[in-house]
Amino acid sequence: MIDLINVTKTYETGTHALNGIDMHIDDGEFVFLVGQSGSGKSTIIKLLTAELKPTSGSILVNGYKLESIKRSSVPYMRRTLGVIFQDFRLIENKTVYENVAFAMRVIGASNKEIKKRVPYVLELVGLENKGRRLPNELSGGEQQRVAIARALINNPTMIIADEPTGNLDPARSFEIMLLLEKINALGTTVMVVTHEKGLVDRFTKRVVAIDEGRVISDGMDGYYDYEA
Amino acid sequence: MKHNNFGYLLGEGFRAVFKHGFMSFAAISITVACLVIINSFLLICYNLNLTVEDVQKETRIVVCIDETYTEAESKSVGSDINLLDNVANAKFISRAEALQSFIGDSDESLFEGLDPQSMRDQFEITLVDNAKIAETKAALENVTGVADVYADIQVGNALATIRTVLYIASLAIAAVLLVVSLIIISNTIRLAMLDRREEIAIMKMVGATNSFIRFPFFVEGFILGFIGAVLSFFIEWGLYELIREAILNTGLEVLTVVPFTEVMIPMAVICAGAGFFIGIFGSLMSIRRFLKV
Repeated sequence: MIDLINVTKTYETGTHALNGIDMHIDDGEFVFLVGQSGSGKSTIIKLLTAELKPTSGSILVNGYKLESIKRSSVPYMRRTLGVIFQDFRLIENKTVYENVAFAMRVIGASNKEIKKRVPYVLELVGLENKGRRLPNELSGGEQQRVAIARALINNPTMIIADEPTGNLDPARSFEIMLLLEKINALGTTVMVVTHEKGLVDRFTKRVVAIDEGRVISDGMDGYYDYEA
Repeated sequence: MKHNNFGYLLGEGFRAVFKHGFMSFAAISITVACLVIINSFLLICYNLNLTVEDVQKETRIVVCIDETYTEAESKSVGSDINLLDNVANAKFISRAEALQSFIGDSDESLFEGLDPQSMRDQFEITLVDNAKIAETKAALENVTGVADVYADIQVGNALATIRTVLYIASLAIAAVLLVVSLIIISNTIRLAMLDRREEIAIMKMVGATNSFIRFPFFVEGFILGFIGAVLSFFIEWGLYELIREAILNTGLEVLTVVPFTEVMIPMAVICAGAGFFIGIFGSLMSIRRFLKV
């Protein structure tokens, strides 16, 4: 569950990135966060992953108050999230299996747990036969599936996807969105940050539009209409 | 850190040493070079110090007793000399012994007819602290029955100064070299870490704690430091024995050069301590900035 109450963020350079954001996302929801470049989307993701602290306001993520979170608690908060990026961010010299298992190592999972869980998640994302491949041997869509598998491996309550289809062709983009929809159907909250109008309009989901650091629309109709 | 992670992180640290082979080689080479320089300097200082001590032991004050004193009276002056603070030993030399010493290895026929009475009874004084040679000379001159005191104050003072300078210089240069090598190691490991910056960022993103991220680098630094320490120890041993043999072959007896086996244990402790310190502290210094994600 995410709760942003009157959140502002002003960078040291004086740039006002967020100007009083209010947003609530319940467990199990699928939300598109849309907006033009510079609207404040990336700042929201950095705040939700505790890379930044808000200038004012309150942020609650899966029970953690991020405006006052201790540095030592940040890793444990991040384990409740799965984050997916446009550029996949895979470790190039590790195989697909190792990239996914790596996220389990971080939380101290045993070899037995890893051997049981990784094949299951790779099958879920359709990469059951690609475990021994290196990332550069895969297509962009497959690499993004690995990133999704890594985000899912520790069974987070929420997936945050930052422009997950930005580097993919329309067909692969649609497949990734279907996969995220499938993950959401299994009970995981999904927030997708994007500016791909066609993709947003194709799925009937909640759409929150941001502009100049403010929420300008928040609707369940599933249309990318914030420019209107 | 959880028990499940320990073996994995240990393995990651070992693998990193081989994975970044060139940088590991560079880091080990620099550690070895620095440790060999530091240890060589310490060994030079140690041996020079022994040489200075040996030379100082040879420094004597010769006290001549009034020629009107009989041998028995002269000997009694010795008890007054021994009462002085800085006198370690006062060895009595009779007129006859003094003459014999004067003649030395020269042709005795040249000194035929020379009466021992023309000499004076003497005391050869060994000092506790050669730095106080001037004060001791003055004190000896005030002892009743003492006619003359011969002491090479300049040589004594110079030797004492050389020893003090050697102590200070060895400590200062060792400290400077240690800091320099730490900076070099830290920068070398930092370069190796640059290609792992992305990996560290990913680790942070998936919820790795700082200790989880640090541990493999800690292991890597430990291994690099250990290898550097072992190599520098044996290289030092080889170089030292070569130089020692060369010095011994020159026949310069004034130079004291102890065998390496005599200083082996302190050298091993210094190598191990400095190697681990440089490796581990250098690694941890380098990673700090990468943890701010």
